[in-house]
Amino acid sequence: MKIGIPRALAYYAYYPFLNTFFEKLGLEVIVSDETTKEIMDMGIQDTITDACVPIKLFHGHVRNLMERVDYVLVPRLVSINHESTFCPKFLGLPDMLSCSISQLQNMLEVRIDLKKSRLELFMVCMRLAKKFKKGFFSAYNAYLKALLSFKNYTHQFLQGGIPPLGIVGQKKNNPIHLAVVGYPYMLYDPYLSLDLIKKLANMGVYVVTPEMLSERDKKKQAGKLKKTLFWTFSNEVIRSAYYFFENRNVDGIIHVTAFGCGPDFIVDKLMEIDAKKYKMPYLTITLDEHTGQGGLNTRLEAFVDMLKIKKSRKEAALA
Amino acid sequence: MRRVSFPYMGTSYIPFEKLITAFGNEVVVPQRPTEETISYGTKYAPEFACYPFKIVLGTYIQALKAGANTLVSSGGVGPCRAGLYTTLQEKILKDLGYEFEMIVLEPPGRHLKDLMHNIKKLINTRLTLRDYLNIGRFTWKQLVLLDKVERLSHKTRPLEVKKGESTQVYKKCVELIAGAEEYKDLTDIERETQQLYDAIEKRDYDPIKIGIVGEIYVLMEPSSNLEIEEILGELGVYVERSMFLSGYTISNAVMDLFHMAGERDAKKMAAPYFKEMCGGHGRESIGNSIIFAKRGFDGIIQLSPFTCIPEIVAKSILPKVCKEHGVRFLTISLDEQTGKEGLRTRLEAFVDLLMAKRKKTKPVKVKSLVAKEMA
Repeated sequence: MKIGIPRALAYYAYYPFLNTFFEKLGLEVIVSDETTKEIMDMGIQDTITDACVPIKLFHGHVRNLMERVDYVLVPRLVSINHESTFCPKFLGLPDMLSCSISQLQNMLEVRIDLKKSRLELFMVCMRLAKKFKKGFFSAYNAYLKALLSFKNYTHQFLQGGIPPLGIVGQKKNNPIHLAVVGYPYMLYDPYLSLDLIKKLANMGVYVVTPEMLSERDKKKQAGKLKKTLFWTFSNEVIRSAYYFFENRNVDGIIHVTAFGCGPDFIVDKLMEIDAKKYKMPYLTITLDEHTGQGGLNTRLEAFVDMLKIKKSRKEAALA
Repeated sequence: MRRVSFPYMGTSYIPFEKLITAFGNEVVVPQRPTEETISYGTKYAPEFACYPFKIVLGTYIQALKAGANTLVSSGGVGPCRAGLYTTLQEKILKDLGYEFEMIVLEPPGRHLKDLMHNIKKLINTRLTLRDYLNIGRFTWKQLVLLDKVERLSHKTRPLEVKKGESTQVYKKCVELIAGAEEYKDLTDIERETQQLYDAIEKRDYDPIKIGIVGEIYVLMEPSSNLEIEEILGELGVYVERSMFLSGYTISNAVMDLFHMAGERDAKKMAAPYFKEMCGGHGRESIGNSIIFAKRGFDGIIQLSPFTCIPEIVAKSILPKVCKEHGVRFLTISLDEQTGKEGLRTRLEAFVDLLMAKRKKTKPVKVKSLVAKEMA
């Protein structure tokens, strides 16, 4: 039995869990190919024009998979904690897919609503195991292994690595430390982000992403907003931004967002206003299927150069 | 003294003004959005903010310039972005240097205590229970009446002989209702408006029928949807909107208090296609499209602000729904760049298409449900 996992959206946030769980369950896991222009084009054909790039990409990845596997896993992420839910596009993803790709017959829709009870994740896994006719113990084993692998993954982030991009142990003594905030599916897809993080790393920048902060640090910033945002990923982003504003352990913040991203117009403006207040250099990079390498390079170089000049001036003033 | 202002949406400012004045506040009546409003909005709002956000921000700026010191708006619980608008708007306006208090009325289901506390802030005069009842009865009647005259204008506009007459009558009715002081006046006005509409000379035929669904603000505020109902009406089309303010208030304020879902039938209809609540009016758009189709409408128009998330989800689902139910549909996304003439051309083409389709299919002997309702 082959199960296909599209390499898009929530994949980047939770793939160690997904992959390990299905592998230990004894299924063959096939992840869709890394994003290419063909996948992007396929996605664009299937979706309506106003949809954001990540959603278009998801459609492309599903197309890439659907003929090769028995089931295409399409999660319907409703909530993973009590305070927030996900972007409406995540909530309506299976509905959108079944309407936009009419040939898609083998969709495995999994509804994930963890605020219902503490055991909900376990129950979801059990239901999946039952569907594939696996016993309780093998399912339980797979569940534990999956949790472990996810824990390991988050640990790698906390150690200063970026596992989805294959970056381990960045040099802390790099002159410039930059926070790159954005949703995992924007940052860790090298095609979509035009390799932004690696580009920065090559410029001698130590990159910090929201995943590299501990949950506790982020939770502490929750009170900064009058009203908690409705979306889990957005809360991660804005809380890490506030963490950086307060602790000043980075030289600047780059916000990576998709063109037409719904939640981000609020997140971006809030951060922009507060960056001014905290006097933190701030750059927004908006990406879509038409963004070119050249333009991005120029902007990144200019931003990093500016920070370097600022830093050297400060040091000169101190000396 | 509080000088209160609030967002402008359709004719809702009339009952709202009465309500807030009765509570002992001064009201800075928001202006109907103009070019100026929109340019303020687009200047200070983020690029991807949806159109309602920009208009409302512009309205606030105009109201604050006119001397308001309190802004009242509705909240929300998500996942639609609208629930966070007040947070961001407050931040943008304070960043611009305006001083005011923002009072957010959250839905009663989850934030009852908060809501009561905020409403208390708005009550600045001594009122007896009897007064409250009277105020409530009056504003509710006004709200219902405003919706009623608007509905009547949709019905008569395609049938009128002299173009533009219904629009004039509608404006006159709104003025009459706005001028009412007591409950008794309203009952008289109700009769009077009915007579005014009856006096319009009408032709007798079965017009093309189009149902309009979509996001609430662009649906209700004519200046944001470029008076689409008027354009269509003058093309000889019977237009019906899926949402009116009185219905919206019931399903979102009253039903929410008792933790019941509003617009149940629309949601039930949408269930096979739209399995999850995803905020805004995405699911209602789908559900109402199906209801329109079942009632024998020729076409559906979906209005959405550019980048509206729930409507994007709905828009992806709509083609399948309309195909299965045999209605034609047109989606229109609106923002400050949308031009009226461009819209008119698209609407004319759409209406031509529907007429051609009607000619092609054999004439049905039984009058459609809507034709019966209108008679």
